[in-house]
Amino acid sequence: MQTALIAITQYCSIHEIEADFINSLADEGLIAITVVEGDRFISEEQLQDLELYTRWYSEMGINTAGIEVIKHLLDKIHHMQMEITGLRERLHLYEAF
Amino acid sequence: MAFIDYYKVLGVDKKASQDEIKKAYRKLARKHHPDINPNDKEAQIKFQQINEANEVLSDPEKRKKYDAYGEHWQHADQYEKARQQQGSSGFGEQQGYGGFGGQDFGDFSEGQFSDFFESLFGSRTGGGRRKFRGQDYNAELHISLRDAYITHQHTLSVNDKQLRITIPAGIANGQVIKLKGHGAPGGNGGPNGDLYITFVIAEDPVFKRVDNDLYMNVDLDLYTAILGGDVTIDTLSGKVKLKVKPETQNGTKARLKGKGFPVYKQENVFGDLIITYSILLPTNLTEAQKELFRQLAASSH
Repeated sequence: MQTALIAITQYCSIHEIEADFINSLADEGLIAITVVEGDRFISEEQLQDLELYTRWYSEMGINTAGIEVIKHLLDKIHHMQMEITGLRERLHLYEAF
Repeated sequence: MAFIDYYKVLGVDKKASQDEIKKAYRKLARKHHPDINPNDKEAQIKFQQINEANEVLSDPEKRKKYDAYGEHWQHADQYEKARQQQGSSGFGEQQGYGGFGGQDFGDFSEGQFSDFFESLFGSRTGGGRRKFRGQDYNAELHISLRDAYITHQHTLSVNDKQLRITIPAGIANGQVIKLKGHGAPGGNGGPNGDLYITFVIAEDPVFKRVDNDLYMNVDLDLYTAILGGDVTIDTLSGKVKLKVKPETQNGTKARLKGKGFPVYKQENVFGDLIITYSILLPTNLTEAQKELFRQLAASSH
């Protein structure tokens, strides 16, 4: 299946953000840039993450290093929350019987 | 409708510069941003207040209007009329935000500004003429465990439009699905936001679910437990006849392969059903029955 590609220039103009920001995200390995005939794109699956990083950058003034840290911590929180949900379900087995 | 002191919300002085306002906003956003406070409704509300304050104070036009008429916001309409008569334009095209009509949804405050803000500035303007992506919506959909057991359709009301979604069997409690483009409309040619639905599955009185396995309690009378026999139970996939071994102890568990919950997006794959036997002792015994128990007790010494 072919995924849709979004031109970085288009993304930057919609979000009023400089291309340097996207480049530094790619340098940190947070997103992957696809180059087709000299033009730079990101895949549509990455759009949600990229928009998240853009919000953190423009609304909270967080740089790419900070974004990487937050991303790791949020992933960790997410896993912990899943674990809590699972444990809670198991706990209900004992509470109910 | 109460007056909102936007300066107080951001904790800045009335004479604060644009730079100071931006700094104060960012500092508060770092603490209360919904992205870094997942599933925290309080933080979400707080962030909306901060956002609203920033929307007004970071825009020199709006700030001017707020400063001039803030506390006397009821007169803002007259102010606006006077401005128009002077030939100056208003606040540009206004981008309205449709709410959610679906009764299945809980609180839907994302993207909404206070009544105070709307009375002063109309509904949210979205920041002038630049393209912007519509805001994402987050919603909760409450379903029963039995609903989650089967793939079914559900109709939602989003932005006054009916939206039919298919909920695959086996969806988990807390699972989020994304409906692309069903968030708030984008502005000036920008793309629509997305709709994120979090499923909340209510507890069932009979079945407890852990991942794809189901747990249930089955009552056994004393005689069947001791002598063995058959019991019929209702599972989510219909009636099942169980063979009870003689001398089954209280709390004995039995695992029924494939009688549990469907595995999400895997056809005909199911978890197990784990049953726990609860043995019920007979009550209100007759004298004759008691005598038989006495004989039993004597014979077992």
